[in-house]
Amino acid sequence: MSTLSLTSAFTLLLKRDLTLAYRRRSEMVNPLLFFVLVTAMFPLGIGNDPKLIQAVGPGVVWVAALLAALLSLDAMFRADYEDGSLEQFMLSAHPVSILVLAKVLAHWMVTGLPLFIAAPLLAMMLNIPNEAIPTLMLTLVLGTPVLSLIGSVGVALTVGLRRGGVILSLLVLPLFVPVLIFATDAVNSAGAGMPTPAQFYILTAMLVGSLVLAPPATAASLRISLS
Amino acid sequence: MIIRFFHNMGSPRYFYNVAGKMIPWFMTSFLILLLAGLYYGLFDSPPDYQQKDSVRIMYIHVPAAWMSMFIYVVMAVSGLISLVWRIKITEIFVISSATVGASFTFLALATGSLWGKPMWGAWWVWDARLTSELILLFLYLGIIALHSAIEDKRVAARAVSILALVGVVNIPIIHYSVEWWNTLHQTASVTKFDKPSMDISMLIPLLLMALSFKLYYGAVVLMRARAELLERDRNTRWVLEMVERDVK
Repeated sequence: MSTLSLTSAFTLLLKRDLTLAYRRRSEMVNPLLFFVLVTAMFPLGIGNDPKLIQAVGPGVVWVAALLAALLSLDAMFRADYEDGSLEQFMLSAHPVSILVLAKVLAHWMVTGLPLFIAAPLLAMMLNIPNEAIPTLMLTLVLGTPVLSLIGSVGVALTVGLRRGGVILSLLVLPLFVPVLIFATDAVNSAGAGMPTPAQFYILTAMLVGSLVLAPPATAASLRISLS
Repeated sequence: MIIRFFHNMGSPRYFYNVAGKMIPWFMTSFLILLLAGLYYGLFDSPPDYQQKDSVRIMYIHVPAAWMSMFIYVVMAVSGLISLVWRIKITEIFVISSATVGASFTFLALATGSLWGKPMWGAWWVWDARLTSELILLFLYLGIIALHSAIEDKRVAARAVSILALVGVVNIPIIHYSVEWWNTLHQTASVTKFDKPSMDISMLIPLLLMALSFKLYYGAVVLMRARAELLERDRNTRWVLEMVERDVK
């Protein structure tokens, strides 16, 4: 039926999504701007005491990353759902969970990676100690894909709804809790000069676990949403 | 025989009738056990040697917390069954359980906070159990919100089943991460009392209350399931026949 191999289907879908994102560059910048703005609001809210800002810094960066990820999640399947291409993916001969993985990967490259690049700058602004900055970046690299993967299940369940956005946050934010806990704790420990391999092992385990479990759940949810 | 029972229970009409007969049994045994548990708990059990009479809130608080977790597991299992075998009754059980489970979770949180005020000196502390119970409440609320947002109730039931399964995978992770987070961040101001191993005079009312809560859940979930079933099947023949018979 199909002459396209699974690998080329995966790369084609990835390329398509990245091209679409590149053509709408302004939308790409929005989550990043949101991330920076939310982070900048915290010192204004809690006062400019450097010690206090330093103490809450890792938590602030991570909560802002969480919210930025949440904000951009809704776009993951929305356009494809509206123009019908999502139904075409469902009808294709390839397993939907692999195609979902391509879409999640593209989404993460567009919205997760920029956060990673902006993080050192924000870390400086929040007085996070220099030796903790590599740890912060590493937690973002390991953690934000987990957010995208878990989020993809929530988006798939709400894509057919008119007011999906608010429900989406109710669905996925509680599931983001473990990532937030271990990531901020790693950064805090690194700032205090303590070793952090335990937190990284757990974050990696969560990444691997969600990489395996989330795509099938997303695929099943998409089928339900499209039925 | 058991297989036939389950097979018959898959039929909405049979389920509706059997559930209607089961509800009074659940209700009366719930009331008897509740009264016995409350009597033993409030009058006949000794006050705690440290906490005095405020320990008595435990007889509501602990069973409610047990129920909040028990119902989530029931919900996830019926979610799995309805996803795999597409059984209408279990689909209905998922959403009927969600509201009851959310109420028990809220009850556990509220009584815990009332208990915390005299014991810890604060209405709320970011204790590991309190935090995971709060997150559990959010999970329940998410399920209810998703179910009410999707108009086609069969689709909604399946979407909610997936969400319940995702949640049940995540609950242990959330629970342990919160516990881990708590042991690291716990401040010395909150000293948890050392629980003496429980005396039999306190254990009996606790177990009575736990059992009565389970029976209450059984009664309420059947009532809700019957109502939900009637609403979904309102245009089918068995409902119309039943209504006509009742009118006569």
